[in-house]
Amino acid sequence: MKKSRWTLVLSLVLVLSVFLSACGGGSNNGGNSGGEGDGEGGSAEQVLNLVETAEIPSMDTTQATDNTSFKAMNQVFEGLYRLDENNEPTLGMAAEEPKEEEKDGETVYTFTIRDDAKWSDGSDVVADDFIYAWHKALNPDTISPYASMFGTAGIKNGNAIITEGDPLYGKVEELGAKAVDEKTLEITVENQVPYFKALLTFATFYPQPKAFAEEQGEKFALESDTMLYNGPFVFAEWNHGEGWTYEKNAEYWDAETVSLEKITTKVVQDTATTVNLYETGKIDRAGLSADFVDQFKDNEEFSTLVDPTMYFMRMNQENEALANKDIRKALYLAYDREGLVNVLLNNGSIAAKYFVPKDFVKGPEGDDFREFAPDGFYADQGEEEAKEAWEAGLEALGTDSVELEFLTTDNELAAKIAEYAKDQFETKLDGLTLTINKQPWKQFLELEDSGDFDISTGGWGPDYPDPMTFLYMFETDGAYNRMGYSSEKYDELVSGAKKETDEAKRWKMMQDAEKVLMEEDIAIIPTYQKGNAILQKDYVKNFYVHSFGADSSYKWVKIEK
Amino acid sequence: MGRYIGGRIISMLITFLIIASLTFFLMKLLPGTPFNNQDKLTETQIVQLNDKYGLNDPVPVQYFNYMKNLISGDLGVSFQQDGREVSTIIGERIGPSAYLGLQSLVVGTIIGLFLGIIAALRHNSFLDYGTMVIAVLGISIPNFVIAGLMQYWLGVKWQLLPVAYWDGFAYTIMPTIAIASIVVATIARFMRTEMLEVLGQDYITTAKAKGLSSTAVVIRHTIRNASIPIITIMGPLVVGLMTGTLVIEQIFVIPGLGEKFVNSILTNDFPIIMGTTLFFSLLFIVVILIVDIMYGIIDPRIRLAGGKS
Repeated sequence: MKKSRWTLVLSLVLVLSVFLSACGGGSNNGGNSGGEGDGEGGSAEQVLNLVETAEIPSMDTTQATDNTSFKAMNQVFEGLYRLDENNEPTLGMAAEEPKEEEKDGETVYTFTIRDDAKWSDGSDVVADDFIYAWHKALNPDTISPYASMFGTAGIKNGNAIITEGDPLYGKVEELGAKAVDEKTLEITVENQVPYFKALLTFATFYPQPKAFAEEQGEKFALESDTMLYNGPFVFAEWNHGEGWTYEKNAEYWDAETVSLEKITTKVVQDTATTVNLYETGKIDRAGLSADFVDQFKDNEEFSTLVDPTMYFMRMNQENEALANKDIRKALYLAYDREGLVNVLLNNGSIAAKYFVPKDFVKGPEGDDFREFAPDGFYADQGEEEAKEAWEAGLEALGTDSVELEFLTTDNELAAKIAEYAKDQFETKLDGLTLTINKQPWKQFLELEDSGDFDISTGGWGPDYPDPMTFLYMFETDGAYNRMGYSSEKYDELVSGAKKETDEAKRWKMMQDAEKVLMEEDIAIIPTYQKGNAILQKDYVKNFYVHSFGADSSYKWVKIEK
Repeated sequence: MGRYIGGRIISMLITFLIIASLTFFLMKLLPGTPFNNQDKLTETQIVQLNDKYGLNDPVPVQYFNYMKNLISGDLGVSFQQDGREVSTIIGERIGPSAYLGLQSLVVGTIIGLFLGIIAALRHNSFLDYGTMVIAVLGISIPNFVIAGLMQYWLGVKWQLLPVAYWDGFAYTIMPTIAIASIVVATIARFMRTEMLEVLGQDYITTAKAKGLSSTAVVIRHTIRNASIPIITIMGPLVVGLMTGTLVIEQIFVIPGLGEKFVNSILTNDFPIIMGTTLFFSLLFIVVILIVDIMYGIIDPRIRLAGGKS
């Protein structure tokens, strides 16, 4: 009896082991050999192996809000235009540039969709597919987080349809866009914006296959086989949580330009693992964190790229000390940005005393916005001036000490940057005590939104290629102002620039607005423009990185071994 | 025995409902929305999205709806993954976590028991000290350090094993070792202590006096009696392995449930928080029940349900 009980326990263990071996073999061995692109023998097998740091949250073009989704969508879908190597919109689903007609102060664009524009099941991409997706994005029941892009693009009634209380609220059929016939799409614009075409490359403006999407219902775009594709690639596999694989789309109108046959993408969150995978040849491109930059910076495959994402600090002007311009000026000047980018970040980031980034947008004369005050504001002033301003500020406040709280997020880099700021401010400004408050992202936003902070860390990446995507943030009632900043002059310049049709005047107004924000009011402390340190195998050619919208395009990538 | 198990199952269900309710209300205390780009949404958009997902309803109404759906087996859909069903997501992720957790448990337990027995039988010898040094190292070195070192040496430098991914048995070896290290250490120390205690008991002396061989004494009496307390620590170990392998899952790129669990809390993905918490609670409750039943099977002295077995 005793023996039999022991045998039972042992048998259980054995059965469990056999069961486990069976599980392990079965579920994940099938065709997922993501890292086999070692390419021995020198044949230029057109396979690209990549990693992403996050899963794809959504492949529904009306619902996505994040970089990973936008990047994936840019490879498998296409709007009327797509971004090219130089971040310029190039024709996509549109056969040619639209006909333009002025009617009662509105502009009507008539687009013709290519004859050979097909979904991956061979059916035609029609004008109604665009209208279907756009109405879905604006409908209150299926509202897109990026619904405001229709208004941003100036499309007629785009704003009204999503504004509660407006007579047009929810009336999607009132949108200034209609399908004239199968291949003709008419868009009416109530105010022209210079970046209209570039906006049309954004995922919210992609079409969706109406008949197929309706047939799929709630399952649409949840799996690789519940969506259709009209871009250079299709999703061959989508293993949620693990990764996804693209394959060339034979039905794509420009398939002959596409070299890659397959792209594997795995979700890898740990940078050390990414580096190890790169070193063992399992992946062809890897992003590096600052810790790894020194190890690879002399490697031929190492490079840095500058991104148009800006980091800055908000100073809450509800705080008595921070309401004083001298105090704000002292903080602005005391911060050594060079130390931050060269030592702490070490990834090609640029020290910034400006808010609209470098190499982002060009004006009517073809000049970069940043040619205006290229080194930013108070560029030549430093520690001495900071101390003077600090003393003046303290005197005005009638005190010799100030305590401030620095609100930041709990990720590793943010915490290091906060420590750096504390050190910079406390050692240079006598009498200042800075307490760091680290919070998880959601809690951080909650505190910032409710104004429960003195100084907070901020970052902003552009949604569209125009300085306005940065400048509108700090209008008096702007949703992202969050720091009690209000300037009549700034508001006038920004709202003026929104309406101004003369490009040169508009450009000047935006430059003046930035000057008010940075020089006259010192409303924020810009710190750096983001850089990215990258390792990329030398046989990967034409990997294009974009400055807004989707991060990159694989359409033109070639493997040359 | 039957009555005992029946009673236990009823108390399990009650515990489960209490956990579900507590988790629900605690979750509602989390600040912020569950939407991805919360910082870029306007107030109107947040209100619209909340309406869409029923988050503007009063909390008791949300609770009632959730429990109603839960009883009918509907765990809802993820906010972060665009409407995919929670049960599907858990189903996809549980395989790798379960496989890795149980493989580590089996390997770790066998090695741990072996080391513990050797250490006790060779008490105060070089083998004893050596084994205990391994055990102390296993407990004190975090498993992500072991993982990182293995990945660098076995994966990158010597290329003996794949660096990461989840693609067959070879891919499970390094993560299994990393996870099993804590099991080996825990079981070895526990087994050694229990064995030493049993070896000092009178019945061992009696057995020896009866003329039983040393091997028979060790196998029939010592190991068996020393193993009973080990069964008790297995329950929490099993659940701990499944929930506590987050870092290992990240380092070796294993599409498991641990990562989903933590991320759902950081992103306020309410249905996933509820789904994964309930899943882990259920697992914990069931494992404890199994452990109790096994305890009774192995040790006949332990009477269940008022002495009727």
